[in-house]
Amino acid sequence: MSTNHPVSEGIILKIENVNRTYIDEDDNQVEALQDINLSVRRGEFLSIIGSSGCGKTTLLRLIAGLDKPETGKLTLDGEEIVGPDPQRGYVFQQGGLFNWLTVEKNIATGLKARRVYKKNKDLISHYINLVGLTGFEKAYPHQISGGMAQRVAIARALINNPKVLLLDEPMGALDSFTRADIQEKLLELHKKNKTTMILVTHDVDEAIYLSDRIVIMTPRPGKISEIMEVNLPHPRDRGSTQFLAIRKEILEKFHLASALPQPEYTI
Amino acid sequence: MGNVSQNYTSALPIIKSKLSKKGQKLISKKEWPVYFILTLAGFATAIASNAFIKQIADVEIKVYNVAGINLTFNTFYRFVLGLLILIYGISGIYSYFDPIRRSNFAYRAPFRFAVGIGLGLWDFLGTKLLLLPQPFFPGPAKILEAFIMEGDFIWENTLYSLRLFVVGFSLGVVFGIGTGILIGWFPKVYYWVYPVLKMTGVIPAVAWMPFALTLFPTPFMAAVFLIIICAWFSIAGLTAQGIQSTPKAQLEVAKTLGAKTSFLVFHVAVPHAMPQIFTGISNANGFAFTTLVMAEMMGQPGGLGYYINLSKVWSAYYKVFASILVMAILFSLIMKIIAKIRDRVLRWQKGWVKE
Repeated sequence: MSTNHPVSEGIILKIENVNRTYIDEDDNQVEALQDINLSVRRGEFLSIIGSSGCGKTTLLRLIAGLDKPETGKLTLDGEEIVGPDPQRGYVFQQGGLFNWLTVEKNIATGLKARRVYKKNKDLISHYINLVGLTGFEKAYPHQISGGMAQRVAIARALINNPKVLLLDEPMGALDSFTRADIQEKLLELHKKNKTTMILVTHDVDEAIYLSDRIVIMTPRPGKISEIMEVNLPHPRDRGSTQFLAIRKEILEKFHLASALPQPEYTI
Repeated sequence: MGNVSQNYTSALPIIKSKLSKKGQKLISKKEWPVYFILTLAGFATAIASNAFIKQIADVEIKVYNVAGINLTFNTFYRFVLGLLILIYGISGIYSYFDPIRRSNFAYRAPFRFAVGIGLGLWDFLGTKLLLLPQPFFPGPAKILEAFIMEGDFIWENTLYSLRLFVVGFSLGVVFGIGTGILIGWFPKVYYWVYPVLKMTGVIPAVAWMPFALTLFPTPFMAAVFLIIICAWFSIAGLTAQGIQSTPKAQLEVAKTLGAKTSFLVFHVAVPHAMPQIFTGISNANGFAFTTLVMAEMMGQPGGLGYYINLSKVWSAYYKVFASILVMAILFSLIMKIIAKIRDRVLRWQKGWVKE
């Protein structure tokens, strides 16, 4: 690994032989995930990419404990995942903020839910500062921009000091400038906190720019087709030849992987 | 000099933006006297109508001794109108010096003028010309007589109504929100209780009156029961809807943050349902006033509804009007307080929801 992030040894998250099927509206069985095996290294930035319907969000929800696999198991540091837990922070694409709470109260939610608010009050201003929202403590979600809202969501997950931060297309609904801004913030946080991050995205450039490894998934059934290492030093230049070479490689694989015409639907 | 006026014009848009009412205009100091006179002229007309036109209706003009002063209802009425002129006069002069207050005062002037003229006409068409049948339409002065005659008794009945309302309505709100949370959160409760709620919810609470009067040991408790059920059902229904419409993402996010069920209910679902809970409360408010008055008219030892009934028996319609007047004031006050609480609880909606 030639990244700037010091990645400590060991596997933090293990996904073994996981299968998940759904019954869709027309009573068809849809295999959202088939035979998923994946080991996530401690402290790495891992991206999962794939077209819509490849099961990447389903996989992330399984890791979060918001959904259960039919067969197989997921373990975090040897402990089986059975439900949601503050050890695994989750950032939704959008709409996850509590609109009746101010920025600072949104961020404090985890402390209150875990009943450790009184002891850890000081953390709130630390995390507000960390995501660059100082001065917006008393603002309500509808008063801030989409990019700021996502930074609140990230800080809210991080205040629990999770072992893994799960990011479900957190930049999907943002314009490209705001997106770049959040990407920088994520890299900065990753460097500072050394939290393991798993990002689901459909943006190839974003995945290359941020990740140590990229998991490529293909749909119907949702499968991991390939895992790529991104051996580029940070900060990465999106226009550099190496960057573009990786980009080309991924896109080609995608093309190969999804060469057969498939019906278009989303899980 | 030029500098000052320039500053004033540049500040105009800001001042204008502070005018809250639709169609409100900015009023200059030069225009102010017109509105000042307009405000007071209406009430002055009402005084003139009462004082200078002879009464031909056969209404006895009794003399009362209030705090050592001899009063008839006419002199008391004129005194009240004079007091209004004094209050509006002072507020008018005070408003002269501030552009916002001046404009607000001017905005209300035509309406206040109309109120004064309305009172004058009522008086004139009633006891003066006998165009309004007596004693069904006593003049405004005669209505005030009820307050000189038995102000204490009216006050007592007002307190009785208020107590009945506060006890019944607050219990109704508590039960309503409680049931609503259970129905909205637990599908089993929804299955069994919601249909019952839907059926009983359409029954006007007063329909339970005969049942309530026999079942409860005191009439007060019976009336409290009626107010409780009329608040209960409409609040429970809307609370349940609000709880059920909580976005899945918010609940899931809370779970990943370490929330257990009680946190999900009371810190996610309930705050999310608050706007609907308050819609339920304001709906229930109206029903509760109706139920309250009906219950009092049909078997309470006190209250404003009881006072109406009592006065009707003696054909003392001016007392009926007095009671209605007190109701108007009391009920608007209660609604204002509830609106204030709502604005406070839902302050996060400010600027988000169209007001």
